[in-house]
Amino acid sequence: MTPEILVAQYRDLIAEPLSAVVERWKRDHPGGRAIASYPVWAPNEVIHAAGMLPLSLLGGGTSVELTHADARFQSFVCSIAKSTLELGFQGRLAGVDGLVFSNICDVARNLGSIYKRNFPDTFVEYLHLPQNSTSASVVPYLASELRRLAAGFAAAFDLKVTESALAEAIDAYDALRARIRALYALRIAEPQKLATTELYTILRAATLLPVGEATAALDTLLAAFAARDARPRDRLRVVVEGAFCEQPPLGLLEVLEEAGCYVVEDDLLLGWRWFTADVGGDGDPFERLAWAYVNRAVPSSTRHESREHRSVGLIEKVRRGRADAVVFMPAKFCEPALFDYVLMKQGLERAGVPHMLVEFEEKMWTFERTRNEIETFVESMLFD
Amino acid sequence: MAGAVTERAYQGRVHEESRRLMTAWMGELGRAEAEKRVTGAIMISGNCVELLRACHVLPMFPEVTALQNAIRHKSLPLILKAEQVGYSSDNCAYVKADVGLVLEGGFGPGKALPFPNVIVCNYVGCNVYVKWFEHLADISGGKLFMLDVPFARTDAPSADDIRYVVRQLEELIQLCESMTGRRFDIDELREVLALSARAQDGYARCKHLTKHHPAPFDSYFDSINMMGPINVLRGTPEAAAFFDAAVAEFEGLVARRLGPLSEERFRTVIEGPPPYPFYKSFRNLFTKWGAVAVQSTYSTVGGIWEFGFRHDPRRPLESIAEQMLRENLTNRSIVARYAQIRRYVEDWQADALVIHSIKSCRLFSAGQGDMREYFIKDLGVPTLLVESDLEDPRYYAEAQIRNRVDAFFEALEHKKLVATR
Ligand code: SF4
Ligand code: SF4
Repeated sequence: MTPEILVAQYRDLIAEPLSAVVERWKRDHPGGRAIASYPVWAPNEVIHAAGMLPLSLLGGGTSVELTHADARFQSFVCSIAKSTLELGFQGRLAGVDGLVFSNICDVARNLGSIYKRNFPDTFVEYLHLPQNSTSASVVPYLASELRRLAAGFAAAFDLKVTESALAEAIDAYDALRARIRALYALRIAEPQKLATTELYTILRAATLLPVGEATAALDTLLAAFAARDARPRDRLRVVVEGAFCEQPPLGLLEVLEEAGCYVVEDDLLLGWRWFTADVGGDGDPFERLAWAYVNRAVPSSTRHESREHRSVGLIEKVRRGRADAVVFMPAKFCEPALFDYVLMKQGLERAGVPHMLVEFEEKMWTFERTRNEIETFVESMLFD
Repeated sequence: MAGAVTERAYQGRVHEESRRLMTAWMGELGRAEAEKRVTGAIMISGNCVELLRACHVLPMFPEVTALQNAIRHKSLPLILKAEQVGYSSDNCAYVKADVGLVLEGGFGPGKALPFPNVIVCNYVGCNVYVKWFEHLADISGGKLFMLDVPFARTDAPSADDIRYVVRQLEELIQLCESMTGRRFDIDELREVLALSARAQDGYARCKHLTKHHPAPFDSYFDSINMMGPINVLRGTPEAAAFFDAAVAEFEGLVARRLGPLSEERFRTVIEGPPPYPFYKSFRNLFTKWGAVAVQSTYSTVGGIWEFGFRHDPRRPLESIAEQMLRENLTNRSIVARYAQIRRYVEDWQADALVIHSIKSCRLFSAGQGDMREYFIKDLGVPTLLVESDLEDPRYYAEAQIRNRVDAFFEALEHKKLVATR
């Protein structure tokens, strides 16, 4: 199968409601259970080790009309929160046995408990992921939080997470993340071979597939893309920053590329490639995962890192990707992205890196103004 | 509507004394640089001000600065200044007003409000706190300490949660020692906590007095006079004495059957922070209807004391951790807040719930439509939801809010009339 055909299939897959994805999986896995996690990071390893299917929960995208949720969340709240609740009201999460939220922002925090109130039969867990990155107690704390999640699975579904199963799950996800890192590296080296719309589609599809299947597919795709015959074009190499939670419409990513950009780094679907290297190690797997969360995390707007300034990670991405500029792409009303924008922008200015701001909403459907803005920016940079 | 209701224009000792104490504290801050005192910024929600006090770090509260500027109608130019440097119109305006103050030169070295030496981010629920203090540290160069307090997500704080917070408190003590050059004395902390518990007792007693008909004070609009002493000055002898006097004063009003208005026609619970730039006009909208808030959630952001929790000097760090983890509004889920409000409505015999939804604060507001659904549909409590902001005057649409308030109380009055017939 050519990569183009696979990507087209994945485009269909990511447009499906989770209920359809789960129904298909459960047909092949009678009695199986599925848990979907809201952005940014969730310990898929723990879910997998409990024998369940980990999935991403990424809102309603362009497909969902709000009929209930907008009466519950005000106009100044981001779209993904509303559409996620709406998915519940419209039965589009049927078959999903549980949801996991975490403390990425105040909206996600409130959403978790409001979801639970409206759908009391769904297992809903809220994780408090640590914001202290240096305390002697942070790793033991997070390990205890992961064990609490496992205990919740045992109580709700009678599914145990053994240490050996968790160790295997860590290996399985390390393998998947290694493939993702390789795809990202390929895009940096030869962006003409792998469009960001493709990379995003593949990655998003991987969040809906069993980990082994996703890893195998990425292997195939990696080889196929590397062998692709494509000529480099005169485009602006950019880093996209700020789209770590609400999903930008594919059309927006397309416009970015059509307007003359190669996206060489981004923070899309960040939770699925959270670790900068394998979790690895040996010993208690809960502790290992916790240690990696604190010490091997990618820079993220939803996690405080006291060991470096907000802009350092972004500047490092610019350097690593040999990027010419940064396109900030926060979702409308996204508090963490919009706050970080200020410190990051100031850091970029100190480092002499040009940047532009493109706000989006998951349901955005006209891109002409954005296209013009990006084209102007690209032209001003390329013909400077 | 029957005869006009007026405010008794009662200011009383509580108001004056609160103002005096807060002014004295601001004065201390103003002298801190000259006196070479170590200052520490901290947030209101579920704070550990007692620990800073025992460490001889003079606490400062950026939120108080922001709200004072809003009350004095100074917030908009500050917000605009911050927006000019890149802050979004959709970000919490508290942060923007404080950043704007720095840009304007009203906050910083040599100013009446000095930069803090240590920036203790007590991350108790509000995620914006993390951002705010990162920005403050970036601007001021102060040392940032992230005090990560796990959110309430189990029936009671777990041993793991408490251990995690206590360990961080110990690390904070070490940091303070290194900054002040003074050894920390646990017995001093116990004394501070005992004073704190006395203030908590007094505050709780005041809040229970509003169960009387009429309530002796408005638990939303007047509580602000007590929120300074309970959240900022807790742990001082002055705050403890302040609440002893407040209890006596309010008990006197109860005995004389006096409330804040000439007549108490409706008893409300108010949820959400007030619109500080329009404090008085917002209050007037309710005064006109004889509506008195007998309870409010905003008065519990720093701590929920009316249900019995007190700091325990015998278990100093553990009880500070417990308070931060659980005994405050902000570290509890919005749905847990429904239960708190329900208890207020029932035990304080309120006629209605008023939700003031503010754009700046998603912690409070995101999902208040669901809260409204719950109170109206599940409990049958008349509920009014109005929207504006606590800091940004651009979001206060007076005419629109007035219409909604009037329509709501008209309907409520009609309902009362029908019920008494
Ligand atoms: S888009 Fe931003 S504000 Fe909305 S839930 Fe995600 S992180 Fe929170
Ligand atoms: S979001 Fe709310 S609690 Fe947080 S700083 Fe702003 S006003 Fe305060």
